[in-house]
Amino acid sequence: MTSTFLGMPTTAPRGVGHLRGDQSFPAAARRALADSQLRRNLGHATATIRAKSAAVIAEAPDWQQLRDAGAAIKADVMARLPELLEQLEAAVTAAGGTVHWAADAVEANRIVTELVAATGSDRVIKVKSMATQEIGLNEALEAAGITPVETDLAELIVQLGDDRPSHILVPAIHRNRAEIREIFLREMPGVDPALTDDPVALAAAARRYLRQTFLHTPVAVSGANFAVAETGTLVVVESEGNGRMCLTLPETLITVMGVEKVVPTWRDLEVFLQLLPRASTGERMNPYTSMWTGVSPGDGPQQVHLVLLDNGRSAVLADEVGRQALHCIRCSACLNVCPVYERTGGHAYGSVYPGPIGAVLSPQLTGVEENASLPYASSLCGACYDACPVKINIPELLVHLRAAHVTAQRRPTTESIAMAAAAYTMDHPALYAAAQRAARLTRLAGRRGRGLPPPLSGWTIGRDLPQPPPQTFREWWAER
Amino acid sequence: MVGRTVNSRELILGRLRAAIGPTTTTPAEVPRDYRPAGGDVDLDVLVHRLTDYRATVHRCSDAEVAKVVDEVLGGQRVVVPPRVPGHWLPATVAAVTDENLTAEQIAAFDGVVTAAAVAIAETGTVVLDAAPDQGRRVITLLPDVHICVLRTDQVVAGAPDAIARLDPNRPLTWISGPSATSDIELNRVEGVHGPRRLHVVIVPRP
Repeated sequence: MTSTFLGMPTTAPRGVGHLRGDQSFPAAARRALADSQLRRNLGHATATIRAKSAAVIAEAPDWQQLRDAGAAIKADVMARLPELLEQLEAAVTAAGGTVHWAADAVEANRIVTELVAATGSDRVIKVKSMATQEIGLNEALEAAGITPVETDLAELIVQLGDDRPSHILVPAIHRNRAEIREIFLREMPGVDPALTDDPVALAAAARRYLRQTFLHTPVAVSGANFAVAETGTLVVVESEGNGRMCLTLPETLITVMGVEKVVPTWRDLEVFLQLLPRASTGERMNPYTSMWTGVSPGDGPQQVHLVLLDNGRSAVLADEVGRQALHCIRCSACLNVCPVYERTGGHAYGSVYPGPIGAVLSPQLTGVEENASLPYASSLCGACYDACPVKINIPELLVHLRAAHVTAQRRPTTESIAMAAAAYTMDHPALYAAAQRAARLTRLAGRRGRGLPPPLSGWTIGRDLPQPPPQTFREWWAER
Repeated sequence: MVGRTVNSRELILGRLRAAIGPTTTTPAEVPRDYRPAGGDVDLDVLVHRLTDYRATVHRCSDAEVAKVVDEVLGGQRVVVPPRVPGHWLPATVAAVTDENLTAEQIAAFDGVVTAAAVAIAETGTVVLDAAPDQGRRVITLLPDVHICVLRTDQVVAGAPDAIARLDPNRPLTWISGPSATSDIELNRVEGVHGPRRLHVVIVPRP
């Protein structure tokens, strides 16, 4: 059918899904930074979650040991991924489920659309899932005349507001209660016009709005937080009960899962179920976790499908350093501690995976040249590494990807010329002394509010130029 | 469609094998230096953690369960799983056993009374495994009040103990407090789609 070598790891295709932004990070960030309401909302929300998470992590005396175990299990998964997937497929099939393999977003969307169409339903209820956002499933379903209904409260806010998600855990983190009230009043059919902006009232409005939809939709689509190769068990971790509704009420359940989500053994869940809620929502345990193994006769969906998705993951796996981005359990702790994310929000990253993990995952899924600005969307402060419950060394990955990006560029960049010039100057003491003296001239060029002239202005758009001292070290030393 | 599925399977597995190179089939040694199963159970911790996440806790004898059910759901309609002990149900509630009721019928009940499989003290979690005294998953989902009766010998210290006790072949629901959301400004608000009130009744082992 195709002349491509079958075993070649492949990045995610263009033209489908949401892994690429339409602007570079600096351009998109500039717009976000100008929105003071957005910055207030994000600052408030991330400060709240950081405090909650720190408190429950402090309660676990073995937090570092749990992180070590989580990291080791994920590294083992990556080393044995093909075999574990075959084991998972066999276990799910033995329990009455059907396993499908999707090489990319286009194929996954086609498989799900066909499965929904086969039920005869023109509506599907959805549990919040990063994988289905990544592949643009909602757009594919709509194109086939099927209405996808997002049932997670934050996803519902995003869907009703015709907005884009900006956070892995809380896609509407950029909205405050007053904005959410306005969206509900404007877009939610049958909403009480006297609705207040009390979060309890807003949650109750979502409950009323979705209840009949839950009861009368015969097919649901979910993601999965974990899949156990040994037993075929799928796990969804959630809070509201919308997940339980989707996983329990319909006749047909379709789960779309990135291949990296598999874990080897049932026992491994004892690690991740301690790590995920504490790192994610800052709870000892999230309100609801559902686990199902194939079909349970008489209880829940009787048609159970699992779609295993590659969509660029094989390309990430092929990079020995980069593959640790696949360890991610989507807790979003790295977003909540990131000084860059806190100021720009998630939309600036373009991809559905924002924040530090997005900055290392998205460019690898698409190929670094198609998300080239993301590895630079960080100050390399390292807070993300400390916060990661499975110890992904995000700063190391960022530097690794920057190097890959520079290597991939055929022509010299301003930065590479500047660095080459700096190297030459530092190798020649007389030149270096002259350069240091010359730097004093920037006291004029770099006065407050002004940057360096082009082509060096790129550096000073986002940074203050340090004030050079009136005297160089060499001059001071010579005078002594 | 079958042919396409098989091709994609081989394609993906081939890509992944190429990505990792020569593979080992030996599982790596995972350092499990975290607290293992078998820790001491502290019921006061369980009560604290349940209450902290807005569940209401009652401690009484098995014979007094009916009194608690009466206080919470007296005069209301209650759905129960096939094998819930009859003496838990007071005469004041109209209890209907779930025998393949429709979702719509179940949604019309005010409350549900079940047993549990396991509870985790450290996290304030109750786990249901759809045994006949707990019933199908749907009955503990649609009614607004869930009364869950727990025996002290079902309480374990931490997640590793629960994983060791549970059977992955059963549908499992881990419940930590009533339905909640943190989606509005990351503040926890109780009561979205699942039961808005959770009562946990702790009784001594028989």
